[in-house]
Amino acid sequence: MGFEDTVLLSRILTLLTLSFHILYATIGVGVPLMIMIAQWVGIKKNDDHYILLARRWARGFVITVAVGVVTGTAIGLQLSLLWPNFMQLAGNVIALPLFMEVFAFFFEAIFLGIYLYTWDRFEDQRKHFLLLIPVALGAAASSVFITIVNAFMNAPQGFDILNGEFVNVSPLLAMFSPAVPTKVAHVMATAFMTSAFVLASIAALRLVQGSNHIYHKKALLLTMKLGFVFAVATALIGDLSGKYLAEYQPEKLAAAEWHFETEGDAELILFGVLDGEEPKYAIKIPYALSILAHGDPTAEVIGLNEFPEDERPPLWIHYLFDTMVTIGMWLAFFSFVYLVAEWRRWQFITKKWFRWLTVAGGPLALIAIEAGWWFTEVGRQPWILRGYMRTSEAATTSDQVDLMIILFAGLYFILGVGTIVVLWRMYKRNPVEKELADRQKAEKGGDLE
Amino acid sequence: MTLEIIGVSVLWLFLFLYVIVASIDFGAGFFNAYSAFTNKQHILTGIIQRYLSPVWEVTNVFFVFFFVGIIGFFPKTAFYYGTTLLIPASIALVLLAIRGSYYAFATYGAKINHRGYIYMYGLSGLLLPASLSPVLAISEGGFIQMNGSQPYLDYWALFTSPLMWSIVVLSLTAVLYISAVFLTWYANKAGDVKATDLMRKYALVWAGPAIVTATGIIYELRAHNPEHFSRILDLWWAFGISFLLFAGTVYLIWKRKNYGLAFILLVGQFFSAFFAYGVSHYPYLLYPYLTIYDSFTNEAMAIALIIAFIAGLGLLLPSLYLLFRLFLFDKDYVKGKSDHHA
Repeated sequence: MGFEDTVLLSRILTLLTLSFHILYATIGVGVPLMIMIAQWVGIKKNDDHYILLARRWARGFVITVAVGVVTGTAIGLQLSLLWPNFMQLAGNVIALPLFMEVFAFFFEAIFLGIYLYTWDRFEDQRKHFLLLIPVALGAAASSVFITIVNAFMNAPQGFDILNGEFVNVSPLLAMFSPAVPTKVAHVMATAFMTSAFVLASIAALRLVQGSNHIYHKKALLLTMKLGFVFAVATALIGDLSGKYLAEYQPEKLAAAEWHFETEGDAELILFGVLDGEEPKYAIKIPYALSILAHGDPTAEVIGLNEFPEDERPPLWIHYLFDTMVTIGMWLAFFSFVYLVAEWRRWQFITKKWFRWLTVAGGPLALIAIEAGWWFTEVGRQPWILRGYMRTSEAATTSDQVDLMIILFAGLYFILGVGTIVVLWRMYKRNPVEKELADRQKAEKGGDLE
Repeated sequence: MTLEIIGVSVLWLFLFLYVIVASIDFGAGFFNAYSAFTNKQHILTGIIQRYLSPVWEVTNVFFVFFFVGIIGFFPKTAFYYGTTLLIPASIALVLLAIRGSYYAFATYGAKINHRGYIYMYGLSGLLLPASLSPVLAISEGGFIQMNGSQPYLDYWALFTSPLMWSIVVLSLTAVLYISAVFLTWYANKAGDVKATDLMRKYALVWAGPAIVTATGIIYELRAHNPEHFSRILDLWWAFGISFLLFAGTVYLIWKRKNYGLAFILLVGQFFSAFFAYGVSHYPYLLYPYLTIYDSFTNEAMAIALIIAFIAGLGLLLPSLYLLFRLFLFDKDYVKGKSDHHA
């Protein structure tokens, strides 16, 4: 097996692990906040339904956290196993946020264990609520730190290079690279948004299946509100991300938009297919790219032709970009319609077809997460450390990567199927109607199972 | 004390903590499976699950901490160990994944009590130390060869090496011994006489093999890495203390006295042996290619990492204390009087 193959295989295995991990990681970052909000609303309104909502979400959350933890451990170690040359170089500069991420994760793990095993142990639910703050903070902080590492790979700084070695390293400068603000904000907002829509999907699914319980309606309204807020935040941050790219990574933006010639009055290309250098069947929005890049309809946007051919990202990232943006826009629009209709008491949102659209929201958001990450990662090819180290120079020289792909693919298949089966059984065997009835019985006397 | 020494001590300490908490975890899984096999599961399962449920995720973090830390303080380890350990580390990852997810899937989520799962869980607990511990053998040198500028692992030399197998056997016996002593104490605390007696028996069974294999490794090293062996002899007193603490633990367990102290002595035994082994390994991370000096990160990063470490500990220690107070030292919880899981 040649070295080129090893590089490709290492990329495939990393892609596989990360694509699987981010589904769980996104939920892991977003859901604690949702649980926290539900519990808070329950305490404020003195409404047991919301407390029960928090409790049932927490139960399912454990399953996703477990898979998130083990796949996160896998990618953590794979970084060194598959990209040893990169890690030995970058470890000198970027170890600090990696290290801090572990602390945040530690913190979260401790309090999650306490939170999960102390339900009903405190007389006062408010005390129990306090335990959620470190969980949500820890989850958010670990996503911040790990995104900082990724931001560094996109916009490395905080060091000089002398004879292939890093010198004059400044750990703090490396942590706060120009990519950090937009990346971190975007990751957080989309994680919250995705979690809200995933939870909305579940509530909508139960309503479609014929349950008419007020509990599901409360859950749906709460999650749609949260989904809308974070979808709008995501769109605003997305616009800032475009401006960041135009400034610091123009080749990524140009490849995403099939923008070849450097010119002003740049148009934004939606959808379409590429024929040579000509987009076909595309919707072209005049001036929109200039606005996205610089906030000025006539501003000049750097084109792909300014870059040597072997430093350009692949052009198919355009499709990923479109997928992400389209889904994001749709979810913002959809949740807005839902909220207006709820407020005006329009009945169409209780119709089955509309409920099914709501059910689709969660999976769509997860697809957008995948598309977004593939876009940002493939969009910095051929670099692993933009401007400093090519991906092909970073990979392992071990020639057993192909076997490991099979091994891990099998593992993720089992974990994926396991998650679905276990979650399905957990809620199927104990629907909310049954749990509410059990709790009422328990309050009258007798023990709660 | 230089920054290199501080760095490597911090990592060694975390590796030690991982060895203890992971041994309890791995061994508990094995004893659980074994008791299912001999139809004594009703005696042990409750005790084991009550301890492991709130802490299994924390256990995992100790491991992550170690490997992230070593790349941070000693980035060149990524080059040597990362390149060569692809297969063993990947297998360990898969086993870890099976264990972690099993815990959530089977005991928390669907409450599956299928025997197949229980056996798999128990077996993975033994395979894990067996797949992780060869790294210690590799660090002694002789198994990583250079092909030009690229290192590769000589599997044939590794698998025919008595040193490697001694370390594997030691890790297995130590896992079972540590776990049994801990669970004896925990079961006794819960007032569960049957579980205490069973675990006490296991503790006594595994005490002998653990100490014999540990001594065997020192003997193996004499032939494999004489330089290391002679430094171990210089530290004979630390190993002597370790042996005395071992004798103390066995005595207390034998006499059914003060299991809490017995466990503390056991931690002391492993602590002194583990640190003496680490000190005698100095200054090599990978004999003879990598010392802690030539692989150390730049000074700015080292200081930043140490500051982050101190700040992190400030956050962690009170949290860990809270965790232990709620689940390890809380009588009602330990006795299983109240199950408050979500």
